[in-house]
Amino acid sequence: MRRILVLWALLALVGLGLAQKTTLTVAVFPNLDDSLKAQIPLFNKKYPDVEIKLVIQQYADHHNALTTALATGQGLPDVAAIEIGFVGRFAEGQGFEDLNKAPFNAGQFKRLFTPYTVAQATSADGRFIGMPVDIGPGTFFYRTDILQKAGVDPRTMITWPGYIAAGRKIKSTTGSFLIADAADVAWINIFATTPANNSPYFDEKGNVVVDSPRFVRAFELAKNIRAAGLDARIGSWTNEWYDAFKKGTVATQFSGAWLQGHLQNWMAPETKGLWRVQQLPEGMYASWGGSFYGIPTASKNKALAWEFIKFVTTSEEAQIAGFKAIGAFPALLAAQNDPAFNQPVEFLGGQQARLLWRDAARRVKPLKANKYDRVAYEILGTALSQVLDEGKEIQAALAEAKRLIERRMR
Amino acid sequence: MRKSMASNRLQPDVGFNFWMRWSNFQRRYAPYIFISPFFVLFLVFGLYPSLFSLYMSFQSWTPSDGWGRWKFVGLENYTFTFTDPMFWRSFWNTLWLGVFSGVPQHLIAIPLAFVIHMVLSRFKTFVTAVYFLPYITSSVAIALIFNTLFATHNGVINLVIAQLNTWPLLGALLPDQNINWFTSANIKYALAVVVVWQFTGWNTLLYLSAIQAIPKDLYEAAAVDGASRWQQFRYITLPLLRPMMFFAVSLTIIGNMQLFEQPFVLLNGGASTATPGGQTVTMYMYRTAFEWLEMGTAASIAWILFVFIGILTYLNNLAFGRAARGGD
Repeated sequence: MRRILVLWALLALVGLGLAQKTTLTVAVFPNLDDSLKAQIPLFNKKYPDVEIKLVIQQYADHHNALTTALATGQGLPDVAAIEIGFVGRFAEGQGFEDLNKAPFNAGQFKRLFTPYTVAQATSADGRFIGMPVDIGPGTFFYRTDILQKAGVDPRTMITWPGYIAAGRKIKSTTGSFLIADAADVAWINIFATTPANNSPYFDEKGNVVVDSPRFVRAFELAKNIRAAGLDARIGSWTNEWYDAFKKGTVATQFSGAWLQGHLQNWMAPETKGLWRVQQLPEGMYASWGGSFYGIPTASKNKALAWEFIKFVTTSEEAQIAGFKAIGAFPALLAAQNDPAFNQPVEFLGGQQARLLWRDAARRVKPLKANKYDRVAYEILGTALSQVLDEGKEIQAALAEAKRLIERRMR
Repeated sequence: MRKSMASNRLQPDVGFNFWMRWSNFQRRYAPYIFISPFFVLFLVFGLYPSLFSLYMSFQSWTPSDGWGRWKFVGLENYTFTFTDPMFWRSFWNTLWLGVFSGVPQHLIAIPLAFVIHMVLSRFKTFVTAVYFLPYITSSVAIALIFNTLFATHNGVINLVIAQLNTWPLLGALLPDQNINWFTSANIKYALAVVVVWQFTGWNTLLYLSAIQAIPKDLYEAAAVDGASRWQQFRYITLPLLRPMMFFAVSLTIIGNMQLFEQPFVLLNGGASTATPGGQTVTMYMYRTAFEWLEMGTAASIAWILFVFIGILTYLNNLAFGRAARGGD
């Protein structure tokens, strides 16, 4: 009797094992997780036996944890989200699978994506480590109510001198600042003026170019805005920043299209209908943000991980679901033709903003990621603050930044 | 064979033999087993990481490349750090903060402890607890609150300054515009205020416990001789506090040279890029390791900082240490 019981128990266990779902771990940062939560039910329709386990950590923590896990080869997820700021660094390491190779053969999918994203996730030696999931076409947000009060036509702001002139008018008539931080004007200029197939800070051969004229101009514009007292001197992603958006302390902001999702969902939902967008001044088009999914080399479920990544990045259905959830712009070209793109955006007063962003995304030149992008970005940020806050000469600050970046390239 | 026979004769019962051996074993090793948790934890989380970081400071390693993919570079990390202007800037920031957030702590804590001891009798514990409260509050919560207080446009501190500005005499001294506390030039002052506020209570507690240990009859004898409160403080309390000063100042040196959470949170983590004036050595180390993925260089920064803290502690030992060892 006892033996039979044991046999039954064993059988039950085996049965359980067979019926048990395969678990796939996916590590993401907010608010990409919200987009995944909309996509997972769709994936499960196709693969009912796969259970997706999400590991969600804040942006910085997520990339730290990923770095540590890669360092030790322990505790890596099967699929990892990588933000644009880190993709260059991870591409140069050996921690992620080269998706160009078999069994992935991602080459066949590359033409499906917004062209510049593929270059971003490709290392100098041609390895392709992440499938693009969303992109951030740079755009120009403005508060239509403040501009109206000041009697400023947004179309006059499409040149940089016009932008600054409008800023003076806005400041004197409404008291609102033109922009939260003058540094953002410098950044959008730097991103937008990057030549095709270069990194923003390095040329094709990998030389540091941060002292070239386009950087000088970007810094000058920011300095002029600061000198005229037109920026509120509020850093991005601070409570004061959110507060400024809520209260209308600032009239404009340059950012990725994704900022609209943040404004609408939590930063300043009460300003619904007051915002509008237009293209960047002087025919500039820039990429501001973007995310990728890669497979760590240590993943034990690569085949399934690849199925999952393929699904969320190349299926129109999944991309549209993600887009509707968080407003992150799909990297998949086909998804950009969805009727949802013609729909007016309520938050932007019914503007057909997505068509404008799609147009911008298609005009952004392909960028190359460089291993030292993040180092260069931070050192240049310091140089910019020295120019704006400490009155350092632009040429001197840029020369110093160049030297510091070159030192780091060991 | 003969040996086992012999032992069998001495310990005829096998079970008895086992318990005998167990008893011997545990008598000899029990103390080690009982203190082993500390040593195991120390080895795993203290000694091993320290030695590994020392080893790492002679290697070049991008952690995202994976475990073991490092390359010996000799002293390159050290020469790089010593000639790195960004390191030196963070170093001077740390030193500045160390002095301007360290010295006031003690200048406030010593008289405060004396006053609490002399004047308050009933509410002594309560008052001490209130001063101690910031110390046990999470640094992150503190930094978040100060973030709101120091906010440029709606911060309480700027509102108070704007209010004081309307007063006749003070107005001339104060700036007309809102002060942006989060620029490179101003952030240090804000940070010093936070650190002083957070750690003065801890030092007060240390000094209070030392003052309470000073025998009452010394004060009584001095009072009989006609010494004033100030003289009692100057000639009895201060000299007898020197051992505690040594201890408290050592802790302040070690703590302040490794200042991290307060500036990190006050500067919103990433925003530190734009405010190099508030970047401390540990923050720079963190950026080097986790944002720029240069583990070897970061390890060299850690060891340079360690040596420097060692030197400062030694100097402090020269200043106060003799008294601390009771050889005044």
